[in-house]
Amino acid sequence: MAVAGKRIVFFTTLVLLWQGIVLLGIWPESMIPSPLSVANEIYAGFKDMTLIWDIVASFRHLLIGFAFSLIIGTLLGVMLAKVKALDETLGSMILALQSVPSIVWVPLAIIWFGFGEASIIFVVIIGGTFVMTMNMRIGIKNVPPLYLNAARTMGSKGLDLFLKVVVPAAIPHAVTGVKLSWAFSWRALMAAELLSSGPGLGYTLAYASDFNNMSLVIGIIIIIGTIGAIVDQVIFQRIENNVLKRWGLDERNP
Amino acid sequence: MYLKINNVSKTFHNEKDQALTVFQDIDLDINEGEFVSLLGPSGCGKSTLLSIIAGLAQPSSGSIFLENAEVKGPGPDKSMVFQEAALFPWLTVSENIRFPLRKSLNKKDQQDVAADYLQMVHLSNFANHYPHELSGGMQQRVSIARALAMDAKLLLMDEPFGALDEQTRTVLQDELEKIWLSAKKTIIFVTHSIRESIKLADRIIIMGARPGTIISDIKVDLPRPRLQKDMADLEEELLTILKGEIQKVMKEELRYGGSR
Ligand SMILES: Nc1ncnc2c1ncn2[C@@H]1O[C@H](COP(=O)(O)OP(=O)(O)OP(=O)(O)O)[C@@H](O)[C@H]1O
Ligand SMILES: [Mg+2]
Repeated sequence: MAVAGKRIVFFTTLVLLWQGIVLLGIWPESMIPSPLSVANEIYAGFKDMTLIWDIVASFRHLLIGFAFSLIIGTLLGVMLAKVKALDETLGSMILALQSVPSIVWVPLAIIWFGFGEASIIFVVIIGGTFVMTMNMRIGIKNVPPLYLNAARTMGSKGLDLFLKVVVPAAIPHAVTGVKLSWAFSWRALMAAELLSSGPGLGYTLAYASDFNNMSLVIGIIIIIGTIGAIVDQVIFQRIENNVLKRWGLDERNP
Repeated sequence: MYLKINNVSKTFHNEKDQALTVFQDIDLDINEGEFVSLLGPSGCGKSTLLSIIAGLAQPSSGSIFLENAEVKGPGPDKSMVFQEAALFPWLTVSENIRFPLRKSLNKKDQQDVAADYLQMVHLSNFANHYPHELSGGMQQRVSIARALAMDAKLLLMDEPFGALDEQTRTVLQDELEKIWLSAKKTIIFVTHSIRESIKLADRIIIMGARPGTIISDIKVDLPRPRLQKDMADLEEELLTILKGEIQKVMKEELRYGGSR
């Protein structure tokens, strides 16, 4: 647990440094609020449930959008891997779409779906789908030929070969796809919520900014970062590590 | 004729479209129930020939007939032990062995067969482990068990015991001999070990290199189980043939190296 210790020391120092800067009094509280007022703001938000509802709303958007991303991404990825003509055409387009930042889709979503939840979910889906697609595609295309040959000599072919060998062999790439898709969805979610009519963490962030509530702005940024990091490290990193180990792809233990 | 290899050649083309002819005009008739071992210097195309017989690769010319039907693709009638273990990492050891049995046997029989063959390769205690928890030699034993469990009439084995220690190898050689004697399988067995081929095979095919051809086809008429003292003369003879071939390959590789 040496790592945990180092982190505690690091973050404590960071907060102390922050408090020190506030005490110097160079900038007004409305630009750099003190750690205590940020903590108070977060506490108040949790106490009157507003932040809780924001988090619940954000997660609702995220989970719906993320689920669609995974389903659409998986299907598209399999199709690209299996149909060469599609890969050469649609594949190149998806590659281009993948490099478009999610926030670019927000104005378009607002015109199509208004300021409500549909817009947010749309942007989240766009944000998470393509990276899942590309990882699924690679996973299916890069199944080691040795597995395929071994399975064929054991009488497996067609759909059985696909479901029992190709799909499981593609799982390490798929898991990486899910992890990245989560990260992209989370970022897209915030971009979309900033311009929405709430509720949601992004909406409240924009709202707090409009009312010059700097403590709440920083509080929400901290919440967003913390949730993102926890889900990424605790859930997805762990799943990915377990899968890589089982599949014999763990670099620390080859 | 049980297995007929008819004038088979294999040429690979690389990206620059240079042709590499691995072997040429391989003609071989193998009888049902024969134990044939395939010897030859590294790179002469033993694995390539085996995968063509298995139906995994197409010959560039020529054809292969198994029981009078042309071999068009792989299937469970020809089981293969690959040079590498080729286990599925997402399945346990026992599930790996049951993989080829899924269609033909019910659950209970699959379990029994898997348990039998695991016992044969001395890995009963590892039935529920995953391949990454096993050493390379243990993984290879599982893949041997898997191929034997399929109970195909034709068994293709590519250096199956290469990664094993001397003792385990001897045990498995004896087991394989027993299975072959009782189950009347036809076995094509690639090996680097002259002694192993003499101990097990009825017939030893020696391949030369660049381009590969069959340079000797030797019958082994020693009583089984074979004893070291009976094997010595033949061993000497094969060693002489192979030495010449290996020197030829090394000279050629030096020349390639020098011209680059
Ligand atoms: N897919 C391929 N593409 C191009 N060349 C290949 C391919 N497979 C094999 N070769 C070449 O064919 C030759 C024979 O390979 P093969 O693996 O059959 O040899 P081998 O006799 O089994 O050798 P070893 O005893 O080392 O296993 C080698 O020179 C190799 O480079
Ligand atoms: Mg080989």
